[in-house]
Amino acid sequence: MPRLTINGHAQQVDVDPDTPLLWVLRDTLGLTGTKYGCGIAQCGACTVHIDGIATRSCSMPVSAVGARKITTIEGLAANGTLHKVQQAWIDNDVPQCGYCQSGMIMAVAALLKDNATPTDADIDSTITNICRCGTYQQVREAIHAAAAKA
Amino acid sequence: MTALTQVNRRSFLAGAAAIGGGLSLGFRIPFGLAGAQAADSVPEVNAWVVIRPDDTVVIRIARSEMGQGTLTGLAQLVAEELECDWSKITTEYPTPGQNVARNRVWGNFSTGGSRGIRESNQYVREGGAAAREMLIRAAAAGWGVPLAECSAANSVITHEPSGRTTTYGKVAAEAAKLEPPKDIELKDPKDWKIAGKPLKRLDTADKVNGKQVYGIDLRFPGMLTATIRDCPVPGGKVKSFDAAKVEGMRGVKKVVPVGDTAVAVVADNFWNARTALAALPIVWDEGPNVKVTSATIADMLKEGLDAEQAFVGNKAGDAKAALAGATKVVEAVYSYPYQSHSPMEPMNTTALYTPEKCEVWCPTQSAEGILAAIAEVSGLPVAKCDVYKVLLGGGFGRRGAFTDFARQAVQIAIQMPGTPVKLLWTREEDMTHDYYHPITQCKLRGGLDAAGNLVGLQMRISGQSILAAVFPQNLKDGMDPAAFQGLNPGGPEAAFGYNIPNVLIDHAMRNPHIRPGFWRGVNTNHNAIYSECFIDELAHAAGKNPLEFRRKMLKPKHLAVLNAAAERAGYGKAPTGTYHGLAQFMGYGSYVAACAEVSVSTEGRLKIHRIVAATNPGHAVNPAQIERQVAGSFVYGLSAALYGEITVNGGAIEQTNFDTYNVMRIDEMPKVEVVIVPTGDFWGGVGEPTICVAAPAVLNAIFAATGKRIRSLPLKDQDLKRV
Repeated sequence: MPRLTINGHAQQVDVDPDTPLLWVLRDTLGLTGTKYGCGIAQCGACTVHIDGIATRSCSMPVSAVGARKITTIEGLAANGTLHKVQQAWIDNDVPQCGYCQSGMIMAVAALLKDNATPTDADIDSTITNICRCGTYQQVREAIHAAAAKA
Repeated sequence: MTALTQVNRRSFLAGAAAIGGGLSLGFRIPFGLAGAQAADSVPEVNAWVVIRPDDTVVIRIARSEMGQGTLTGLAQLVAEELECDWSKITTEYPTPGQNVARNRVWGNFSTGGSRGIRESNQYVREGGAAAREMLIRAAAAGWGVPLAECSAANSVITHEPSGRTTTYGKVAAEAAKLEPPKDIELKDPKDWKIAGKPLKRLDTADKVNGKQVYGIDLRFPGMLTATIRDCPVPGGKVKSFDAAKVEGMRGVKKVVPVGDTAVAVVADNFWNARTALAALPIVWDEGPNVKVTSATIADMLKEGLDAEQAFVGNKAGDAKAALAGATKVVEAVYSYPYQSHSPMEPMNTTALYTPEKCEVWCPTQSAEGILAAIAEVSGLPVAKCDVYKVLLGGGFGRRGAFTDFARQAVQIAIQMPGTPVKLLWTREEDMTHDYYHPITQCKLRGGLDAAGNLVGLQMRISGQSILAAVFPQNLKDGMDPAAFQGLNPGGPEAAFGYNIPNVLIDHAMRNPHIRPGFWRGVNTNHNAIYSECFIDELAHAAGKNPLEFRRKMLKPKHLAVLNAAAERAGYGKAPTGTYHGLAQFMGYGSYVAACAEVSVSTEGRLKIHRIVAATNPGHAVNPAQIERQVAGSFVYGLSAALYGEITVNGGAIEQTNFDTYNVMRIDEMPKVEVVIVPTGDFWGGVGEPTICVAAPAVLNAIFAATGKRIRSLPLKDQDLKRV
């Protein structure tokens, strides 16, 4: 039975070891902020952090996670304070339908951890999440705004 | 939406907060109007407005929110007339069942055709104004003072002579008992304080922390999850399936037929349902369409380009004679492929059926359409059915006129009475069972006189009619009037912009078996490419500047937006190495134009640097959200232009996911600048009108850069190296 550490809590889950982490989060644990968009690691709606690295959870079998620490959108805020990326998303009024934004925010939070002040080229090469509403212009503005807050 | 949720309304929901497990952040389940059912409810002031004792203002929203911002815009219109404190606003959706029970007091729920605000602005503003008058009257009566001595602002009512004040929350219960006023005068938009302002959306907070509930996220105690496979070839059926092969698989509860075309697996969770469905042997009777391919469809449309019979949508003078007498005739054939909607949230519906009641929780643009559909499928009267709307993870038309996924959910739930079942499609099912942007071709002929004036234009569209498939009752003697969207001789909705003495625009309807649907922008997408790229071809053939060539022929409102875009973009003064292209069009009652700035490398690599868009939607209820809709519409439209093509082989759709149906990412996003130029004399749409000018503006800029005319899409298949 896989044992996971999610948002600081250890949790045993009774699932088939091949089950993608996405569906364990959503259906087994009720953490539905992480979204299903494609199931083949194309769209990024399912992005979570595994030991701080942005990972597409739809294509990661739960058995492959091991002891690494998982952070989902529900665990991104620390002690009730929004992460600066979440705050920038509110300040810049980024989401439209919002469905892809959990994954977008997790991808950006990981980017800013590695690269505090990304250039447009850094954003272009790192943020490959799909948004069908087309919020990319606001996403870019909000990334720079979050970076400026340091 | 925060006011909706009384989770303990019924016993089967009692455990809903608990089932998420220790990590769950808790959950709000939509159930229609909280005010109509909660034990501690306060009476509504009227159908649009509820004010709680703590001064919270609940505004009812009949249209569906799918990212387009209609919820915020409609709330602004109500709040403007209500004179309430914007910081105390929340919103809630009435259900279509409640609408039926109250003689459609909330009007039309349908959310498509960019109609949310333009169609309902009058009655929602009147709702806000009526509530304000009732609140002031209640306060005046309570004080025993003349009504005329009282006024309201920011949720506070003041008796001017004495300076006494009270708040909306304190008088709302009394106001609810009053007769609504008969004569309502609305504010002049120039006096607006809340409407017309670039306010932030009301629904952002829960979208950044994972709390926002979409249809896919719903969880009920005892709920099961189903996923489905419908026949890959439209018109085909299930011949047989071997349920015994998967019934023993982990979590599987039941394998059920769905109508005669589909099979679903119901399991304890999605992954187990999906795994079993993938392993389920299904034999299909693929039916009569199995030999259809993209090539046979293209041939079918090509035949229509020169067919004798066609429906005439716009005729002036004698185009044939004008072309025969022209000094120069230009001819070109264009085409536009099928497109998939592919909203980020795949189709889903949660259904609970008992012999006494049928309820669904559904992300839909048309809750009333879903209500009618589930009543039909369940065999129950409408009064025993209801639909609870949840926020849509994108709509774009896929969740509008179409009820297929909700019908399937009820067909499954009927086979498991008393158990809530969530039907969730895989992305593969979603992409292969869409209602696609229709496929068309277009042959254009234009005649120029010796001075380079356009004296005659013929435009023959050949291809698929959405109305013939979806709303055949809306055909006019067999003709699909919507096929001429943006090409109509006049009218307030979608008029052709050019004054040309001799015009003939007609449509040879050719309907392949692939089901068509309304896709953001609908028929404007291809009509704008055909007409605006060809006008560019004609300008070039006439040796004229494309802006000046258009200016001479454009009607005033079309001209004004083109001028606005060209001026802001600095048309004709593109930075070194970049090139400009123009387009203008009219759809959904609004006038739009774009100037694209592109470069094409020597290897043929396209970069879209910038697009300046201008729009005249009549009234701009929220300029900040209009800017976002324009930029977002360009992403959707340019994704199609750059990559989008749904193809057919063996009668079935070939693309299954975003690896084979690619879309634009942030690295290709141009800088979008939006010029909003509302003239205040009409109400036009916002969500869709601009989408159609992005692609032709880019294609015309590519011509300026390379000398190449791209007449078929997507661009990924085109060689853009300079000629």
